[in-house]
Amino acid sequence: MKGYAGKFLRVNLSTGEMKTESLSEEWARKFLGGYGFVASTLYNEIPEGTDPLSPENVLCLWTGPVAGTIIPVSSKYIMGALSPATGFIGFGIASGGVGSELKAAGFDGIVISGKAPSPSYLYIQNGHAELRDASNLWGKSTWDTEEMIREELSDDEIRVSSIGPAGELLSCLANVTNDRNRQVGRSGMGAVMGSKNLKAIAIRGTGDVEVANLDELLEFCKDLYKRCRGPATEKYRVYGTPANVLVHNRLGCLPSYNFQKGTFEQAEAVSGETMLATMVKKIVACPACPIACDHINVVKEGPWTGTVASMDYESLELLGPNCGVADLNAITKAVELCDKLGVDTISAGVTISWAMEAYEKGLLTKDDCDGLDLRFGNGEALVEAVERLCLREGKLGQLIADGCARAAEKLGKDSYKFAMVNKKLEWGAYSLRSLQTATLGFATSVRGACYLRSGSYQVDVKGTVDRYHLDKSRGKIVYDGENLYAIIDSLIICKFTRGIYKDNDELAKVIRLVTGFDVSAKEMIKTGERIHNQAKLFNVRFGARREHDYPPPRAFEERMYDDVNDGAIILKEEYDEALSGYYKARRWNKEGIPTKALLEELDLDTSLGV
Amino acid sequence: MMEAKRIIVCDTDKCTGCEICEYICSIIKDKKINWSKSRIRHIRIEPTFDIALSCRKCENPLCIKACPRDAISEQPDGSIKIDKDKCNGCGWCIEACNFGALKLDWDKKVVFACDFCSDLDQPKCVEICPFEALEFTTLDQVGHEAGKKAFKRIIEELS
Repeated sequence: MKGYAGKFLRVNLSTGEMKTESLSEEWARKFLGGYGFVASTLYNEIPEGTDPLSPENVLCLWTGPVAGTIIPVSSKYIMGALSPATGFIGFGIASGGVGSELKAAGFDGIVISGKAPSPSYLYIQNGHAELRDASNLWGKSTWDTEEMIREELSDDEIRVSSIGPAGELLSCLANVTNDRNRQVGRSGMGAVMGSKNLKAIAIRGTGDVEVANLDELLEFCKDLYKRCRGPATEKYRVYGTPANVLVHNRLGCLPSYNFQKGTFEQAEAVSGETMLATMVKKIVACPACPIACDHINVVKEGPWTGTVASMDYESLELLGPNCGVADLNAITKAVELCDKLGVDTISAGVTISWAMEAYEKGLLTKDDCDGLDLRFGNGEALVEAVERLCLREGKLGQLIADGCARAAEKLGKDSYKFAMVNKKLEWGAYSLRSLQTATLGFATSVRGACYLRSGSYQVDVKGTVDRYHLDKSRGKIVYDGENLYAIIDSLIICKFTRGIYKDNDELAKVIRLVTGFDVSAKEMIKTGERIHNQAKLFNVRFGARREHDYPPPRAFEERMYDDVNDGAIILKEEYDEALSGYYKARRWNKEGIPTKALLEELDLDTSLGV
Repeated sequence: MMEAKRIIVCDTDKCTGCEICEYICSIIKDKKINWSKSRIRHIRIEPTFDIALSCRKCENPLCIKACPRDAISEQPDGSIKIDKDKCNGCGWCIEACNFGALKLDWDKKVVFACDFCSDLDQPKCVEICPFEALEFTTLDQVGHEAGKKAFKRIIEELS
């Protein structure tokens, strides 16, 4: 079996027991890797009723068959567990060098259960693994943790995935960081690590990565690299993902003031164009990436001089315009704090914008905010609030550390109505009412409020549908997107490369050249459908029903007025129809539960089917 | 007169740290993917500095001097050749090199270094680098280009 290392590591943190198990070819063919492996592992190993922050939760880290190869942007890995944020499937995919390093160390993945008696980190080196004391690392930032582990083990080339203080404090917003700027961002995987007393996973591998057809793969990749330097990826290369700021502002789908509006009057000041001209010190790439989207900002003046942060659209948008903040220095500082202290920038941005709206509405007083003047647009207050959120400090920190859904539960006073969440996870940086297919895709996503599961915003942004209305045909668009993205996330390759492949058969060719499996495009997409249903079944076990697939009340109850939109709103009956259309395309019942016939066809466990 | 030595020069502004040079090197030289066996090495100094380094073809190669078994010799093009029969993997040459251009192959127990893909027109890493950060050129040409760049800037400022 090529492409795969053929082995994975099983770790019981409670007993310290570790063993190597072999990866079965049948399982690899059925679930491919990455997202597929996470969905299957969690479904097989986490029983109903498990507490996400208990030792019984299972945390897994998987690569896909392409990790460590020369396929463009293939060095990725995924971490998954029952999410403390949503109570459903939790996972996040990160770039950087951890995925490729793990493959070179001889493992496809790690499955972790139990809880270490004291702070520990897992060190894996070429087929060997050991648990090491992390008491000196506890409380340290993610950046310091990486450096300290490399120093302790005298090896600069060790790759480290670690949590910051937020993970140790079990924040639902806690993420996992590697290579300083790359994160397993969403759904609280950092809190799961924290609950297991697992500060970090450190990996070093110097082994070969074998593929089925190296000569042909090299020729194919030379061509793919050229395509990666072409128009399909230009916006990522030049301005990075912040290129979206002005594009979305023109379309009226750039969330501002906690999603109250879809345009921002100071968009120019926080655009990718302005950022490149004034803040970007260096553009860097992940291993095996011929695109290089990662724009490293350095603050040159003011109170935060010397601050460094990798800036992406979602982070910039949600901590910037969505908080009414137009100061790139403050936004960069806020992102740096999140990265070092270990919090997802998306959830942090939406949580603080919620607090700002509550403050302006008088539901939160200055005293509730420990003296912070938490009005929209106050960059200094933003930076302060981020730090308190990350460290659970003061009244404000206590209130918002676990995200805006839980904060709204504590605050009451109907503040849930403007908590911009789905499945208790904060919404991505796309306006709900002016991108309605996107909204359907986000709200039905298994991870919650997720822009990465189907690319459902693309038809809205490209204008191939009426983005101000929904109908039953949109379900099929989300369905197709999800099945394809399940493959992209299982291989795992970067979504920024999706435009360089001419068609699905070229993606299937990647699988063929790397693994040697003789897979057609049609079979590949079927595998994507299987993987998505496996993830959904996990959610069904934890109680997911139709009610969980809706956007927050603001989408239905308030009309949106701004420079572009004149009263945009989602009509509840249209959404209902579109949601039913989606379930129909998926062959799920009206509660969103897969049918037994479908599960049988996909060779999945039928016990939860209807 | 000997032909001017050509080395692999890395433009640190263009280098993104993608490490594709390392992957490609192992494929071309060893017919497998194993970046730890690359003859070119990416170094990152956080947060914003990247470089890819390989043999510099030093005028007075310390690696040759350091080898107690005379296993390293200089080739006509300035690159070094390691006699696998003489090398016992002691690694003094690795310590002596100022650039970390030599590595020890833990499987074969011998040292290896860049041969600049002597059987090809130019090193494969230079050909494939997606960011065109690598150049196979002479130090004299590097100096000439630097002068040209400086002069162009002055002309633009004056005109």
